Amino acid sequence: MEKRVRFKSAWLPWALIAPQMAIVLVFFFWPAAQALYQSVLQQDAFGTSIEYVGALNFQRLWDDASYLETFKITAFFSAVVALGGIALSLLLAVFSDRIARGATFYRTLLILPYAVAPAVVGVLWIFLFAPPMGVVSYALQSLGLEWDHLLNPDHAIALIIMAAIWKQVSYNFLFFVAGLQSIPKSLIEAAAIDGARPWRRFWTIQFPLLSPTTFFLLVINVVYAFFDTFAIIDATTHGGPGKSTATLVYKVYYDGFKALDMGGSAAQSVVLMVIVIALTVVQFRYVEKKVQY
Amino acid sequence: MKFKPYALASGVLALALSGNAHAQVEIQWWHAMGGALGEWVNDLAKDFNASQKDYKIVPTFKGTYDESMTAAIAAFRAGNAPHILQVFEVGTATMMASKGAIVPVGQVMTEGGQKFDPSVYVPAVAGYYTAPNGQMLSFPFNSSTTVFYYNKDAFKAAGLDTDKVPSTWPEVALAAAKLKASGHKCPFTTSWMSWTQLESFSTWHNTLFATQNNGFGGTSARLAFNSPLHLRHIENLANMAKQGLFVYKGRANAPDANFVSGECAMYTGSSGLYANLKRNAKFNYAISTLPYYPDVPGAPQNTVIGGASLWVMSGKKPAEYKGVAAFFNYLSKPEVAAASHQRTGYLPVTKASYELTEKSGFYKQNPGTDVAVTQMIRKTTEKSRGVRLGNFVQIRTIVDEELEQVWNGKKAPKEALETAIKRGNEQLERFEKAGKS
Amino acid sequence: MGNGSGMVERRPTLGLLAHAVQIIGVLIIVFPIYLAFIASTHTAAEIASSRPLSLLPGSHFVETYRLALFGGTSSFGSRIGPSAPMMWISLVSALVIAIGKIAISLLSAFAIVYFRFPFRSLVFWMIFITLMLPVEVRIGPTYSVVSDLHMLNSYSGLTIPLIASATATFVFRQFFLTVPDELAEAARIDGAGPIRFLKDVLLPLSRTSIAALFVIQFIYGWNQYLWPLLVTTDESMYPVVMGIKRLIGGEAYTEWNVVMATAILALLPPAIVVVLMQKWFVKGLVDTEK
Repeated sequence: MEKRVRFKSAWLPWALIAPQMAIVLVFFFWPAAQALYQSVLQQDAFGTSIEYVGALNFQRLWDDASYLETFKITAFFSAVVALGGIALSLLLAVFSDRIARGATFYRTLLILPYAVAPAVVGVLWIFLFAPPMGVVSYALQSLGLEWDHLLNPDHAIALIIMAAIWKQVSYNFLFFVAGLQSIPKSLIEAAAIDGARPWRRFWTIQFPLLSPTTFFLLVINVVYAFFDTFAIIDATTHGGPGKSTATLVYKVYYDGFKALDMGGSAAQSVVLMVIVIALTVVQFRYVEKKVQY
Repeated sequence: MKFKPYALASGVLALALSGNAHAQVEIQWWHAMGGALGEWVNDLAKDFNASQKDYKIVPTFKGTYDESMTAAIAAFRAGNAPHILQVFEVGTATMMASKGAIVPVGQVMTEGGQKFDPSVYVPAVAGYYTAPNGQMLSFPFNSSTTVFYYNKDAFKAAGLDTDKVPSTWPEVALAAAKLKASGHKCPFTTSWMSWTQLESFSTWHNTLFATQNNGFGGTSARLAFNSPLHLRHIENLANMAKQGLFVYKGRANAPDANFVSGECAMYTGSSGLYANLKRNAKFNYAISTLPYYPDVPGAPQNTVIGGASLWVMSGKKPAEYKGVAAFFNYLSKPEVAAASHQRTGYLPVTKASYELTEKSGFYKQNPGTDVAVTQMIRKTTEKSRGVRLGNFVQIRTIVDEELEQVWNGKKAPKEALETAIKRGNEQLERFEKAGKS
Repeated sequence: MGNGSGMVERRPTLGLLAHAVQIIGVLIIVFPIYLAFIASTHTAAEIASSRPLSLLPGSHFVETYRLALFGGTSSFGSRIGPSAPMMWISLVSALVIAIGKIAISLLSAFAIVYFRFPFRSLVFWMIFITLMLPVEVRIGPTYSVVSDLHMLNSYSGLTIPLIASATATFVFRQFFLTVPDELAEAARIDGAGPIRFLKDVLLPLSRTSIAALFVIQFIYGWNQYLWPLLVTTDESMYPVVMGIKRLIGGEAYTEWNVVMATAILALLPPAIVVVLMQKWFVKGLVDTEK
């Protein structure tokens, strides 16, 4: 999106971006380049014997049938988590916007889950769903549903989707609330005076004006679903039963962190990066057109 | 940051009072012991530091086993690795393969001027951490093994004789059937599927889990757990699962909670669970040896260890290695090793500490705590020293994945074992190739 | 406290629905945290033998929280370290990270939106790409860089590598693009330079974005675990999340009640931040100037 009004200066923009670029170059690009370079190497865990192997790590991925299966699971998981998370939080934010009394209280409670320490989140889901302690699984069993996320792949996927959305709803909710708050009240009042009902007002005024926020959240949620969800999977299903909940990023994490296969993990990261960059470019190119600035 | 001035002042004071011209050599020890075990580590360091003034062991908690490995690797590559690193047993082959990164413990001890006799250590424990040429590579620190637990109260309620321990798999199946018939929802479950039902299962029956003596003979080892015996056992478990006698409760040690809460009646798991049970179980329980098939010749032999050992990293000064050697020597003292064993439930590392514990009447006062030891203290055969394979973490995960599909009925046992072996062997081939470069 | 748009007209049923949705939403979303609180008021033995976990609080609130906050000896004889000092470390780190991220991202987004300079697009994408490589994969080499710069075991090592943020830059970019051109035009005509414009016009307008980002980035900094784990060996520099992890003993016995109590305590500072920041969620100056 182009702005027509710009300031003119030869040096100022460079000075403004300098701090962030400095940190990004030193603490991201330089280490990231080294990390990605590992995808063409084969080495022991400690790096005492390193060998250049070209595309071998990538070839291995291509030959691994279960790796290709993972794409399907990841696509499904990411779509549901991103879209579900946004829809749910938008619903909550819009209704939160209508309330004056108790708004701060509700909002604080709804944002709080985002602050729960990651080490604890997994345990909380066990307190909910894992027998014997699991409160929800106990309730489900009393109702006759045999909840078993350990052996039933559908239950397992449902569990990680719920857990992933739960963590992200708070984040989305916060930004939607902020976005709604910055819509001028005068616009809404004017429309109300014109006789527009709340449902119409939402779609003609609030939703379009929220679109920059929605676009931001769409991109961020897709990235989140693809990259930040391995901790939840590690805490609950470990990718099981079988491999039914092993998403792409979980495999990256597992290989780099537990199996200590640096080359394989780096190769998978490259693949994952390419996919997400492609998805993001697509979003910027096609979806951003619909955004009203 | 607030504590630094205090530490500095007391350090200066200590130096002044010691009247020693040498500065104290600090030795960094990175470990993965959280909770009550972390205190045990800290106490060991504290007591050693108090017993002499040349060396100071500084233990640092570095997360779980995976996390501390990652931290150590990052540190090593940046040039500031710790002196001592605690690594879990399945990482042994990985450590061995990183030849430039470690110094064998045997070498550290002899060069450190300590009287070092490898034969004082319990064979089944130390043997796991010994190289083919007999040199001890890492120091056995916290080892556990697979045992069998059962809920006496549940047995009583089902009309089973609580003193008659199911010691064979057929007996386990019978007891499970009786429990189920009396309405019990979870007669039997297990933790660490690969470790308990395949690896330890193999050594307990003096059968190979993998070729090349389970990997001790070299990296050309390949998986062999599709023998008729293994197949028979997995088929039995699959049948039990179908009948609701064996209820799968998750990977690793997640199912500990299911037994401790009283939900499941019989359990194969780590001897380390004992401490947890003692504190939390609200029912009568007993520990016994891992079940076996009585018609297999040579069974029961011995079980396989779990837990971790201490590795010494390379690139440090000789004076520091002397300190490491002194510390390991301290840990091997009968009183110290015995106290550790009794406090934590981990196996005693030396034969002397076992005998000391027995003499003190500890086993009589705490029935069942000697089960783990007696399973391990016998002489091992070539097939039963343990299982030491490369990429072992991945192999265990592969086993978990394949067996889960047996328990939920999606795969037949034979197919699952064959697939597991095929996938596992790919991992072993990779490890072998990587080691040759 | 925001003015809800429900003030626009009287619609009682919609208002009731809004409250109902909020309450149901809160109950579902907050339920896991409620369980954590419940667990922190029982003893560890009670938790271990519960089938399922009780929904009502137990009677051990005071002693468990005292233990978690100040340390001491638990009922089973294990010594628990105090979490209060660790909360301080977390607090300083989180503040530095949040303020740092917002500051540098404001500057970058301002440059990207309001100036034309070569490689402008490239700069935005370079910043954006930092989201696309999981921390775990690059953590080894990042550690090497920090070690070479002698930043281990320090606040700078804990915070500076985490300060580059694509999220904040993206948020500000989105917001700046919605600011009407007339404002910038007016500033130029008035002779105000770009920095004046940033300070006097954009900054006040960005309040809600800054507030939201402050909450998010503070929590991000507060909950850092893996990075501090690698970068600190001095246990006096451990943040509180590491303290929680340390209470969880792998094979052996974990006192879940103390773990949960510490986790709840660790939730309090972020909760305070959330409450305070909501004061900025006010439609104020924004109305008249748009």
